[in-house]
Amino acid sequence: MNPVDGLHRPGDSPVHRLRPQVKIVALVAFTCAIAATPREAVWAFGVYAALLSGLFLLARVPLAWVLSRSLVESPFLLLALAFPFMVEGDPVQIGFLRVSEPGLWAGWNLLAKATLGVWAALLLSATTPIAAVLAGLSRLRCPEILLQITAFAIRYAHLTVAEVTQMRLARLARCDDPRFLWQAGALARSLGVVFIRSFERGERVWQAMAARGYTGRLPLEVGPAPASALQWTAALAAPAIAAGIATWTAVFA
Amino acid sequence: MSDLALHIPTDVVNGPTSLAFALLAAIAVGACVVKARRHLDERLVPLAGLATAFIFAAQMLNFPIAAVVSGHLLGGALAAALLGPWLGALCVTVVIVIQALLFADGAVTALGLNVVNMAVIASFAGYGVILLALKVLPRTRWGLGAAVFAASVVSVVAASAGFVLQFWLGGEEVGQSFGELAAAILGTHVLVGIGEGVITAGAVTAVAAVRPDLVHALRGSRLAQPAKETV
Repeated sequence: MNPVDGLHRPGDSPVHRLRPQVKIVALVAFTCAIAATPREAVWAFGVYAALLSGLFLLARVPLAWVLSRSLVESPFLLLALAFPFMVEGDPVQIGFLRVSEPGLWAGWNLLAKATLGVWAALLLSATTPIAAVLAGLSRLRCPEILLQITAFAIRYAHLTVAEVTQMRLARLARCDDPRFLWQAGALARSLGVVFIRSFERGERVWQAMAARGYTGRLPLEVGPAPASALQWTAALAAPAIAAGIATWTAVFA
Repeated sequence: MSDLALHIPTDVVNGPTSLAFALLAAIAVGACVVKARRHLDERLVPLAGLATAFIFAAQMLNFPIAAVVSGHLLGGALAAALLGPWLGALCVTVVIVIQALLFADGAVTALGLNVVNMAVIASFAGYGVILLALKVLPRTRWGLGAAVFAASVVSVVAASAGFVLQFWLGGEEVGQSFGELAAAILGTHVLVGIGEGVITAGAVTAVAAVRPDLVHALRGSRLAQPAKETV
């Protein structure tokens, strides 16, 4: 898989067919609901996990893939493991370990929310191609200049990544196999070369654009289609349930 | 290591703090766009796009630290040294947003926190150190290398200090242990910074030797060449 293509898994499920702007809003709403849920409401996190799993099933994204991708957050899981020993509070005995009760809750909080947050984000990245994400952001009135830079970056990242890979192969072919940091000189210099090539390519691309009458605005309108009310309702159903649970647990529990 | 993220996930830092930093990030990114556009005018989109693609590729590159441990660049100091702090911060911001939306790396609610730490703080701290160091050090290959090395270490540590500050403002109450936690985080990042520094210094001096005009931190001046024997 090319690392630049994101985590998109092509498919034709109801989740894939939703308009991107709808999915982005749903992702933000769902993540906010997760963050706002009090840590003691363990069942609420179970419901969120079930909701997301259901959506993954609907989108035909294998759960094993989701679990392996969830490992990205592992450095923060170390922090979650450290909390029971760091946070002050009433000690509890688990086996031979004495840990603090608020610390355990803090660790649980981080573990549950970080994992669910990644799952929600994975649902978007697995079901939405890059161009659609950008189109959705544009529909949501994200500043056009940032989107244009992002679009260019993604388009040319294929080239720069290929260049880096090619140079790595060239180094390997010449028996350069650095094991320690002080041996990595060739690697650093090749990075410098890739920068010069990228920047010069940028200048050439700009000249080509200027020659075609570019004055700082891209002429093409890539405005995506608006989403229907039905789409909004469908996509926001899960975040709405989550928000309802979050409010319920925060106010009444 | 390449699959490990150091981007802040959901709710490590509470809502109000995240929101405050999101506002701060939005203002900072806005300022970066204005400043970068003043410098590049209509060339901004293609050049910033290609520069971002370069940072993206640079982050893909794994370098060895020792035997089995390897890491990848954060790129804040690299971007700042080559592109200047404004455009550099802008490019790293785009990379962070791409990673959050397309790679599920870092929570969408923590985007502001991540952008402030890794793009804004890292670029500006790094650039400040390079400018200061170049006032003292000779403008030679080694002088520039040393300046960029110091800048990378400072930028990585400053970015992690940004996280420590956010965690202190809106994270879990850890009481007495906060000092230890902060020391552990900062200490680890000094090591990360040294790795980053060696690679960044190598890359920037390589660019400076061929195209000194592309190294923003040199501000258009060339490196002093060692006296060459005339043939």
